[in-house]
Amino acid sequence: MKRVARSEKIRCDACPVMCYIADGKAGACDRYANHGGELVRLDPLTIIDGTDQQLVPFLTGDGARDWDGNIVRADRPFVTAVGAGTTYPDYKPAPFIVSQDVEGVDMVTVVTEGIFSYCGVKVKIDTDRHIGHERDVVYADGEPIGHVMTSEYGSKMLSLGGVEHLTGGSKKEGRVTCDALLRLCNREAVELVIGEADHANSVVVEAGKAPIINGEREKLMRVGCGSAAIGMFAKQWLNEADEVVVVDDHITGVLSEHQAGKELDVPPTGIKILGRRSTPGRYFQVAEPGTGWGGTDIDDPLTILGPFNPKIAWPGLRLLMVSTTGEQSGYYELDDALLPQPAEMPDALRKSADLIAENCEPSVCSVLFMGGAGGSLRAGVTENPVRLTRSVREALTHVSCGGARAYVWPGGGITVMVDVLDMPTESFGYVPTPALVAPIEFTLRVSDYRALGGHMDQIKPVEDLARDGLRQLDKSLHDHDPMSHDNYRWKKTDRSE
Amino acid sequence: MTAQASLMPCGTRLHLHHGPIDLVIGADGDRGAAFAAARDRFATVLQELVAELPDLRAEMLADTSRPDGQIARRMDAATRDVMHDGFITRMAAVAGSVADTILQVMTGAAELTRAYVNNGGDIAIHLAPGQSYATAMASPTGGDLGRITIRHGDAIRGIATSGRHGRSHSLGIADSVTVLARTAAQADVAATLIANAVDLPGHAGIRRRPASDLSDDSDLGSLPVVVGCDPLSEAEVAAALACGLDRAQSFVDRKLIAGAALFLQGDSRMTGCRHFSSAQRRVELA
Repeated sequence: MKRVARSEKIRCDACPVMCYIADGKAGACDRYANHGGELVRLDPLTIIDGTDQQLVPFLTGDGARDWDGNIVRADRPFVTAVGAGTTYPDYKPAPFIVSQDVEGVDMVTVVTEGIFSYCGVKVKIDTDRHIGHERDVVYADGEPIGHVMTSEYGSKMLSLGGVEHLTGGSKKEGRVTCDALLRLCNREAVELVIGEADHANSVVVEAGKAPIINGEREKLMRVGCGSAAIGMFAKQWLNEADEVVVVDDHITGVLSEHQAGKELDVPPTGIKILGRRSTPGRYFQVAEPGTGWGGTDIDDPLTILGPFNPKIAWPGLRLLMVSTTGEQSGYYELDDALLPQPAEMPDALRKSADLIAENCEPSVCSVLFMGGAGGSLRAGVTENPVRLTRSVREALTHVSCGGARAYVWPGGGITVMVDVLDMPTESFGYVPTPALVAPIEFTLRVSDYRALGGHMDQIKPVEDLARDGLRQLDKSLHDHDPMSHDNYRWKKTDRSE
Repeated sequence: MTAQASLMPCGTRLHLHHGPIDLVIGADGDRGAAFAAARDRFATVLQELVAELPDLRAEMLADTSRPDGQIARRMDAATRDVMHDGFITRMAAVAGSVADTILQVMTGAAELTRAYVNNGGDIAIHLAPGQSYATAMASPTGGDLGRITIRHGDAIRGIATSGRHGRSHSLGIADSVTVLARTAAQADVAATLIANAVDLPGHAGIRRRPASDLSDDSDLGSLPVVVGCDPLSEAEVAAALACGLDRAQSFVDRKLIAGAALFLQGDSRMTGCRHFSSAQRRVELA
């Protein structure tokens, strides 16, 4: 794996401290940061727009008090969340006590964002083609960003991101991981490389679209393994072929030996499959995984056959070979030497191959964002974070992400999983930490909110939200309504507040 | 960029900003004179500190020589009192020392009944007879943790808050520790040390990384700073707070501070209670 030399620190000249700032880090003021070698301004806590703010230039040695005589207008927002940057690094507090007159005391409001350091995506890729072995490392831009998880039915699963790639590895690894996650979550196509060197495969993943594997766009996901296909379609082949082989990378099925064939009184044909027999009519490992027939590496299906048994087989024996997606098929008849010879496929068999294809669903990539609501995020909701967890557990509080239904994992904390396609486009952002910024909403009754120690004084009626500049969306694709009573433990009749 | 001064929209408070320093200043009395003095003094503050920055970032030891600058000397004095209580550098007192310095020139230049210099939560206060100062303790997300009222007769002219949230680094897990002391510099150092003491060494739910990994110029060097803390049981929270309270009580006993309020995961401990009114309520869910 190639490693790019660590990029240089840059020296910030915004103030006399002249911090050396490494990539991905902020200077002492927390206002300027090094992002990929560029000095960028963060301004995380800007709360007043430049419009009505007056800046007075600093005049050294000027004892006069004519502040108003020399007013300039700011050309950018003015940072008032004093605590924001206040501090030298290392020891100083975040702004706990702030500067707004609230009920006669000095108070500051601090804006927190839904920053997920613990987050990643689970990707399901509908394909029978080999894209990598379980535990293979998944790379983006040469950096490890995740690994291959299990094979599921007709699909391969990837786990990408997670805190150990985001902040546990090199800086570049973190940045590349964050970038890949961000693009996947925002429905962009991302090219991944699975495995190393001689067994590397390229997969382009885009939420809701078919994967592109080693340059080829996948079309269909198989209806089932070869054995399942035999079970499903045996009856349709009954009088049209003497033998059917459904070629599949996982389990290749053989009609005459399969339980389904036996029950239909299909006689033995003397066929020999070059693979590891599992149970009758089911074979593992007929070939290497690949992008050929049924997710194997073969282009000619006859290569998985040994010689027919002359004591059982007969000249003129009709043989259908078909892949588990129906995309490939071939019809053969045995000649006098009991060798299969290609022949024109009868219509009935053609139709059965088409039926297999028709029963295969379009291959798509699904991207599920998964993240945990940390203590500080939860503290933005209530003074006592664990109460929010309990409230979610007790179905008093409903969790959604950008209005989309979120699955909440059992157990401690609030770890959620949500389909990015259900969320509004461009829902995700990032911070240079690196970590993803994602929307997360907790919906609950006012009475319950009060009971769990919510910040009651922060509640505003929705009518008070400025309409200008708000992005209005139709209801989500899956018609999920976070406010629906069905989401909650309490009954519809119990509608107090 | 040079130091910036601006009146805030309310027209009665001054904002001074230079690099990492932000001050919000209020004054009742001859406000114009006080603000002008603050502004003038502030012009060179950052430059003075930067001149001695490498020394100020080094660990404070018995044989550490005293610095030259006025503000640096305040930092030195506040830190020397507690150098044997835990790892400390003089930077722990920088925010409070700047606040004390600016407040001092304001009260020297103008008749003021009441004034404060708030350096990001480290606050230096001036109170004429009969005056009082009220402030609120807020959680990192704006939640109300209670109020602090300081009267002229109290031997308190400094308030400081330290803790783990935001982007600052702490050796402990306290969400926040607010300290009241005679000067902002003393409160500043004490809050840092008390927040560092709120801890459960070796606990698996607390994640730490070397400070130098997180910030290249960190004065904490390779010391492990807390980067994450899982929800703790009530007993664990109580144990961690007890460690911090021990240190706070020792500072109170030695008359270094007047009081402290420690917050961790919804629980709190206080010493010098009469100054604090807590907003913490322990409401159990049914």
